[in-house]
Amino acid sequence: MSALRGGTGTVTVLLVLIFVVIATQNPSFFEGPPLMAFAKKAAPLVVLAIGQYLVIVSGEFDLSVGSLVGAQVVIAARLIDGDQAMTYPVIGLMLLFGLLVGLVNGLVTTLLKVPSIITTLGTMLILFGAVRYWTGGAPTGALSEDFRVFGRHGPDGVPVIGQLPWALVIAVVLTVGAILLMRSPYGRSLMATGDNDTAAAFSGVRVWRVRTLAFVGSSLMATVAAILIGGFAGVTAQVGEGLEFTAITAVVLGGVVLGGGRGTVVAAVLGALTVEALFTLFNQLYLPSTIQPTAQGLIIIAAVAYASRRGDLRLPERLRRRPDHPNERQLDSSRR
Amino acid sequence: MRASRVLLAGAAGLTLILSACTTDAPEDPDGASADGENGGELTPDAEWFDQAEFDAQLAQRDIEPEGPADEPWMQAIEPEWVDTADFAIDDPEDAHVCFSNASVSNPWRVTGFITMEQQVEALVDEGRIGSFDSSDAADDDNQQISDIQAFVDSGNCDAIIISPSTTATLTPAVETACESGVPVVVFDRGVNSDCMVTFIHPIGGYAYGADAADFLVENLDPGSTVLALRILPGVDVLEHRWAAAQEIFGDSELDVLGFEFTEGDGAQIKDLVSQHLQRGEVNGIWMDAGDGAVAGLEAFEDAGQPYPVIAGEDELSFMRKWDEEGLTAIGPVYSNFQWRTPVIAAGMILAGEEVPAEWILPQEPVREDDLDEYLDRNSDMPSLHYAKFGGEDLPGFPEAWVDR
Amino acid sequence: MTRVVSASRNLRARTGTTGLVYVALVIVLVVSALFVAFQGGSLFTAANTVDLFTRSSLLGFLAIGQTLVILCRSLDLSVGYVAALSTMVAAITMAGDPSRIVLGVGVTLGLAALIGLVNGLVITKLRVNPFITTLGMGLIIKGYLDTRFQGPAGSIPAEFQMFGLSRVGVLPVSTLVMLALAVAVILFLRRSRTGFHMYAVGGDAEVARLSGIRPELPVITAHVLCSMTAGAAGLLLASRFGTGNSLVYNNGYELEAIAAVVLGGTYLLGGRGGVAGTVAGVFILATLDTVFNTLSVDPFVKDVLRGAIVIATVAIYARGQHTRAAVRLRFPSGGAPPSATGPPDPPTPPPPEPETAAQGGTR
Repeated sequence: MSALRGGTGTVTVLLVLIFVVIATQNPSFFEGPPLMAFAKKAAPLVVLAIGQYLVIVSGEFDLSVGSLVGAQVVIAARLIDGDQAMTYPVIGLMLLFGLLVGLVNGLVTTLLKVPSIITTLGTMLILFGAVRYWTGGAPTGALSEDFRVFGRHGPDGVPVIGQLPWALVIAVVLTVGAILLMRSPYGRSLMATGDNDTAAAFSGVRVWRVRTLAFVGSSLMATVAAILIGGFAGVTAQVGEGLEFTAITAVVLGGVVLGGGRGTVVAAVLGALTVEALFTLFNQLYLPSTIQPTAQGLIIIAAVAYASRRGDLRLPERLRRRPDHPNERQLDSSRR
Repeated sequence: MRASRVLLAGAAGLTLILSACTTDAPEDPDGASADGENGGELTPDAEWFDQAEFDAQLAQRDIEPEGPADEPWMQAIEPEWVDTADFAIDDPEDAHVCFSNASVSNPWRVTGFITMEQQVEALVDEGRIGSFDSSDAADDDNQQISDIQAFVDSGNCDAIIISPSTTATLTPAVETACESGVPVVVFDRGVNSDCMVTFIHPIGGYAYGADAADFLVENLDPGSTVLALRILPGVDVLEHRWAAAQEIFGDSELDVLGFEFTEGDGAQIKDLVSQHLQRGEVNGIWMDAGDGAVAGLEAFEDAGQPYPVIAGEDELSFMRKWDEEGLTAIGPVYSNFQWRTPVIAAGMILAGEEVPAEWILPQEPVREDDLDEYLDRNSDMPSLHYAKFGGEDLPGFPEAWVDR
Repeated sequence: MTRVVSASRNLRARTGTTGLVYVALVIVLVVSALFVAFQGGSLFTAANTVDLFTRSSLLGFLAIGQTLVILCRSLDLSVGYVAALSTMVAAITMAGDPSRIVLGVGVTLGLAALIGLVNGLVITKLRVNPFITTLGMGLIIKGYLDTRFQGPAGSIPAEFQMFGLSRVGVLPVSTLVMLALAVAVILFLRRSRTGFHMYAVGGDAEVARLSGIRPELPVITAHVLCSMTAGAAGLLLASRFGTGNSLVYNNGYELEAIAAVVLGGTYLLGGRGGVAGTVAGVFILATLDTVFNTLSVDPFVKDVLRGAIVIATVAIYARGQHTRAAVRLRFPSGGAPPSATGPPDPPTPPPPEPETAAQGGTR
């Protein structure tokens, strides 16, 4: 029951509502293969949302993930260049690169005290420009078939659903992993940091380390998402564009509070599924593509407003809470 | 509190229902609706459809261009030569040519810009021009207006080449450049003015869209379904392609399922095509630009459906897929070699040689018959390179295009 | 009440970074000039100066408005879309007729104000996070623009094009208007009660509430003004284009404006900073653009340099504030810790409203 409280309730209701409308439009959607196709498409955003969740719950933002996804796909295509043997070494390299980007984001934010929105805006620009400079403006090379397996294929012949996409398996494993992580001591420190970093610091949490690790998590998740997206659709010049806002929207739609300290992994994952389901719904309805953003904007605002009325976002101004205002802290805690 | 909660839930629900209702709503009068039932009555948007221009472009496809057949970038269709003696300078080998580029934000422009830079190298070697400077506006009209103004104010440019990012909005800036007295060359997209010395462009968007649509009409049985994939709305060269296709599909027996905007993103293309395939057959794909065509084709593979008849572009990953899978396909071309012509024209103008006032370059789609030839010519080239880039005789070939 | 006193003491602290920003601007200018000189050019030619000012005016409008919302600890991601909509509204309303200029300007700014009002109301009354509200608003406007317009439309009369294209000496008219607006907003922030309340709400909404300030009003006002400056930016764009073009929303103006505000020393968590700093931040970015252009820097390298310079500059500010507030060093976190130092600042602590005490008491 408690899982349905707070934002998770709202997003669950919304997701069910969307699925019901989709079902009325296209009853065959819930037969195995179409649903698996949806899962394949939604998996990268789910993974990104998990990463973004870690950062948001610690009280920060990560705007660099869209650029990072794009950069990673382009790096993979250029380095693999169709050569199967290069697949795993390059995936290893991508993970290292993700780790590095996350470390930079985290350390610049925590140790140099640059607001995360600026840090990650900066890395977004840097990654966008650097990768294009490196490839002369448009991606070159090609991904190998082995690389593409993760985003595109899966074991065939599974009863009912036909093919079980690897992307779904990966997303589920990462979701479960993230749930376990949030129950671990690290997860509790992360939540405490996002809730009130001064208090967390007093109780012995090394705030900078906890937050830096969250950024590393986000960048690693973006790397996994890049592997899935590249696998799903191959290389195009536009890959990854705008994903950071979609990921943040997904997380907030799930009821995770910007500013940190509240929300669950499950909520973020449900938020991501809702966003993807919404896109699918628009398409199933033959809604003119041009009007889709308007509907998306209205639904997001309405859903978050509804959730905040339910009481999850009692103090929206806490979005950008100052780190050290003892008085405000006391007020906050007395309200909860 | 409670009331507003109900209100909000209502609003969210209402939005969903309203979205749902659009399915039953009558066809949008301006044809912006993607409703599948009305495919037969497709009429192009008045705003982007100019019957006279459409007819002219279609006719130009069959006109033999003037100029050397092996140098299509020097050819011109029905040129009206203008005298440029007033612009001739004494020492063209020291001339400084300035180029205001809209952007290099897509592979087509990247390929073209490399070709242009190599052409500049050739011209400098020949002593036709002295030096070259470019600025890039990253698709920002306002930035490009500043860029052009900066060239004019600097007073260093002996000729200004402009590839406008948007036709309507760059018109005042191009006019300012013309007024400064240096020769101005505009290419690719035009402007609403004829103040420049020459405007260089391939035949145009209508011809592109028509080549693609005609091919689908010829190669699909009446009643077949066609899905149109477009990049984004409101860009004239792309809107013209779609307007021409609408005109042709409207007169055909094909059933157009609708169109989708994809922003050229492979993941979106694949997802949208997959969804259409879940709901029924798709026999043909029309695209206004082909760089995500392979992702669209993969959706058919993954759904276990036969490949559609497809109109892509002369982009290499698509052409290679076409060859490997033996597709029924066409590669409409928006001649990438046009990037050579402006710098050559600038050199000609500074030497006082005549140039066409409107320099219309040939624009010939890649068809089944010449697929092998173009694949062969571009065998070293990477994906997202354009087969008709026309730079094979330039210095730095092929490295400049291979190692980007 | 003690809070009001401490809030006014912070007045000095909140403007303290502005000096640092202007130092940064001077450094950027000097380094750029040297760099360009080494490449055999000159940064301060008349042409480059005009270029620098022109580039600053558009971003200036957007960043001034953004400063107000950020001071209130809010954010506006919809400004690019509002500007795009404004170009269309202005061009279509004016329809090339000089006698409709005033009408066009009025309708454009009025519509922009209305959008800002909706943003402000959704944020304060429906308690939707500003990030989501304005992102959603941007999407709503984008959908409308894409559906309603299939490309550039309308026409701007030549008289109004003067706003974007003409100049006095090396100073473009648009830059003069932008600077005048900056001065007006600085006066508004310093002299008006609402302006003061913006700092108070951004500094600490709870405390502001306790001291009798209704936090809704300054936040809504800031959003209305921010949208109106975005509307003004749209007017400027339209006057330079001679027509309306909705695709300008693709240019990422919102993030650039936020970067300019933060470069200008305004604290992203609200309550400190100001428009004077923002103007310097805008000039820093415009200088970089002009230098990149003068040196024909590869467009992709531009992005890399821009990103790196923004991060580095903000890190330096953070360090500057950091040493002053060394006490806080033990508690690292995202933003720069606010400095509690600085002597009380005499100017303009407006007297609390008469009803303040009563209101505070009821809470």
